[in-house]
Amino acid sequence: MQDFVAAKFEMAEYWHINSGLEERVKEFLAKKIEPDVVLQIDIPEKDFNIAGRGSSELKNLLKRLGVDSDILRRIAVASYEAEINVAAHSIGGKMISNVYDDLIYMQFIDNGPGISDIEQAMIPGYSTADDLVREFGFGAGLGLPNIKKNSDALHIESALGSPTLVEIIIFFLK
Amino acid sequence: MINLSDYVTAIKGINCTSALSLEGVKITGAYVCDMLSDVMGSAKPGQVWITIMKHLNIIAVASMTGIPAIIFAKGNEPDTAVIEKAIEEGIILISSKLPTFELAGKLYKLLNP
Ligand SMILES: Nc1ncnc2c1ncn2[C@@H]1O[C@H](COP(=O)(O)OP(=O)(O)OP(=O)(O)O)[C@@H](O)[C@H]1O
Ligand SMILES: [Mg+2]
Repeated sequence: MQDFVAAKFEMAEYWHINSGLEERVKEFLAKKIEPDVVLQIDIPEKDFNIAGRGSSELKNLLKRLGVDSDILRRIAVASYEAEINVAAHSIGGKMISNVYDDLIYMQFIDNGPGISDIEQAMIPGYSTADDLVREFGFGAGLGLPNIKKNSDALHIESALGSPTLVEIIIFFLK
Repeated sequence: MINLSDYVTAIKGINCTSALSLEGVKITGAYVCDMLSDVMGSAKPGQVWITIMKHLNIIAVASMTGIPAIIFAKGNEPDTAVIEKAIEEGIILISSKLPTFELAGKLYKLLNP
């Protein structure tokens, strides 16, 4: 995970790990095991016909792999929200889904302009969505809270004028 | 829980996704909202979604959330691309002339006779 820390920026960090899973998450990140499957997809800026494809592809793959439907729903919602955020709020980026036999580790990396205050962005109802984004029905300021609610671990790294990294871990079994 | 088909009859709804049958589809309630993230955060699987939004993203939202059918208020009808995507994902699209308030009210009455 530290690989993504762009040292030249003064990046702010946000972590949320479901209680009781701290050790499991730390252990996973420390081990740096090769994923079984990697899906990578580009997310262009403000194209809401394309945004969502990565999540949809991932959902279909995990369904084929037999992931439990409640867990699948949590993964689908979290990944869709994060994918839409890249399209809605950044100049574009990519989604990388690392599939393991017991968990999914998703990374959303965009090309800026970054988040000036991550704690504020996490507040339900906080949104800087522009008119176009709102026309599409986004901009309630509930995407990041939804991601937090559905993830076992959420890590955000960003700063104004920098790329944003959003990382999500969801275990397939409790 | 009621049959989707009974609700569609009550609201004089038109099935825009005629390739998908209403037969056997049961619904537990509705979520009424036009903000997609609010739907993803609060709608429950098995509820229909009553809205006026009709662009492509609603299909993804319904599919991610486990919503079996979207009910369009005030005679809104989605375009062909949206209908095709809905059929692919198995999401039933219903259009009704009634406004949102009446669509929700009629369903509430059916569920709580
Ligand atoms: N990838 C990103 N790059 C830059 N800013 C972001 C990014 N993701 C989120 N933000 C900022 O955080 C705010 C809150 O995000 P959140 O997803 O909670 O709400 P929203 O996207 O505005 O609306 P909603 O998700 O309800 O449609 C955004 O309005 C934006 O200011
Ligand atoms: Mg959002």
